[in-house]
Amino acid sequence: MSAPIILPDFRNTPTIDQVGVEERAARFTTRSIKKSSKLQGLSMALNMIDLTTLEGKDTEGKVKQMCYKAAHLHDVIPGLPTVAAVCVYPSMVKIAKDALKGTNVKVASVATAFPSGQSSHEVKITDTKFAVANGADEIDMVISRGEFLSGNYNFVFDEIASIKEACGKARLKVIFETGELSTLDNVRRASEIAMYAGADFIKTSTGKISPAATMPVTLVMLEAIRDYYYKTGRMVGMKPAGGISTAKSALHYLVMLRETLGGAWLSNEWFRFGASSLANDVLMQIAKETTGVYQSIDYFSKD
Amino acid sequence: MPRIEIQKTYKIFINGQFPRTESGRYYPLKNKKGDVIANICLSSRKDFRNAVVAARGAFGGWSGRAAFNRSQILYRIAEMMEGRKEQFIAELVAQNTPVKAAKHEVEEAIDTMVYYAGWCDKYQALFSSVNPVASSHYNFSVPEPTGVVAIIASEYLSLIGLVSAIAPVIAGGNTCVVLASESMPLCAVTFAEVLNTSDLSAGVVNILTGKSEELHTHFSTHLDVNAILYCRNNKSEIKTIKENASLNVKRVFVYENDLKLIKAQGPYFIFDFQEIKTTWHPIENIGSSKGGY
Repeated sequence: MSAPIILPDFRNTPTIDQVGVEERAARFTTRSIKKSSKLQGLSMALNMIDLTTLEGKDTEGKVKQMCYKAAHLHDVIPGLPTVAAVCVYPSMVKIAKDALKGTNVKVASVATAFPSGQSSHEVKITDTKFAVANGADEIDMVISRGEFLSGNYNFVFDEIASIKEACGKARLKVIFETGELSTLDNVRRASEIAMYAGADFIKTSTGKISPAATMPVTLVMLEAIRDYYYKTGRMVGMKPAGGISTAKSALHYLVMLRETLGGAWLSNEWFRFGASSLANDVLMQIAKETTGVYQSIDYFSKD
Repeated sequence: MPRIEIQKTYKIFINGQFPRTESGRYYPLKNKKGDVIANICLSSRKDFRNAVVAARGAFGGWSGRAAFNRSQILYRIAEMMEGRKEQFIAELVAQNTPVKAAKHEVEEAIDTMVYYAGWCDKYQALFSSVNPVASSHYNFSVPEPTGVVAIIASEYLSLIGLVSAIAPVIAGGNTCVVLASESMPLCAVTFAEVLNTSDLSAGVVNILTGKSEELHTHFSTHLDVNAILYCRNNKSEIKTIKENASLNVKRVFVYENDLKLIKAQGPYFIFDFQEIKTTWHPIENIGSSKGGY
């Protein structure tokens, strides 16, 4: 017997008070986290990173290099975790998968004509299946923002559902590109559509558009996840991506996560940071906590 | 009704802005009569950390500027100092410098800035060389800025001590974080205001006030600092700095006596904060074949 299909009901969707959300989000940045709890938070943040390279100039060598870094973040300090996953284009999935054999690091692939999503349904499905067939554990899809903004919510819903089907066992992250959705109400609505359509994760941005992840946007999405969880009992993950480059802001996000969704979400199964330069900053802070000396980027690998 | 005079809040200078110290601490500065004339920020190691981030961020832009443009900016600083001459003199006098000596110090400080403005695009030629080598290479050496320089400025020369330490460092394309005199910090904060209106990019010079005894350890351990300039004569601090500097092989310079003199000028002060890069450029064997030139 299959689970009953539940559809989103926008009549029950609360409208978002932007000023209130911004104020609430700002409060999370005032928590004081020091010493051992800071170290633990940093280590957790490190373990939640999706180390990302999504550039036209990506090469096999670059991806291999990044995969090595994913599993060996900074061997000078023993006992560091690995990152959660690497995030690459579909054409690089096989290379990443091979490079990460024998580690716990997952391979995530963007798909569905990333980053614009402007292509035919067939192309998007093929794109997804290609990535999965090459060994991707996770798929990061983009929604059709144009369709969403013109009110074709059914189109967006169906598209997500069909990509979810094409994913098979791979977990699906749905990218909204919140920088293009213009209001927080739209972000909330997109979150509901994605979760009801079967998303395992919802994700803020591609990293190609500014503004990318911000704390208010993430808060709105976290609250949508919370409400969905209360309604259906299903946990959905969250991935802010783009623009989070300092250890300090990573800790702020973790505080927000803990205080909005609770401890159950505090693992890389339910929360990720999509970032490329965050890892080094976190490593520098961890090194600073363990050695007592402020660090220089010169002593950390670039990729 | 008598007018209440508006006192200036002396703050620190980081990344082109004037924040209060993040620690919230301050110390009262008193004049000869024992009256409090200002509350001065007691900078913490976090202020220093922020300043180093700013200096590192500014380094690429500042070192990449045309030397002549750096020269123009240094000259502009001198121009702005000239406009603030009376204020500098008043501050020196408030810090117990006799009027005549104060006037002399300010004028020398301005002239020192002009002096180094002139050197900005000339020291390279002086310290570069084309080297004779045995193989068929064109081999040459040029100076390049060391990077982020931490400066603990003179305790007894409020303005000229500061200027003679900073000017050669930035003339050479470095960026810096400076700890001003603890007992005579007024001119340092005013000098920061001068810098802020002189086309100098944010972060090239960052000025902190506070205690060397608290900060010299952090100045010398920070791995993102490439060199340290110490212009005081506390033997135990010098020893600690030299030991800590070995962590990332910082260059350490102690101008214990040099900057005591008001006329401490010279291109070798610039040269101290330069690294020599030698390039081997392969060429055809000029001697034995017909070159393609």
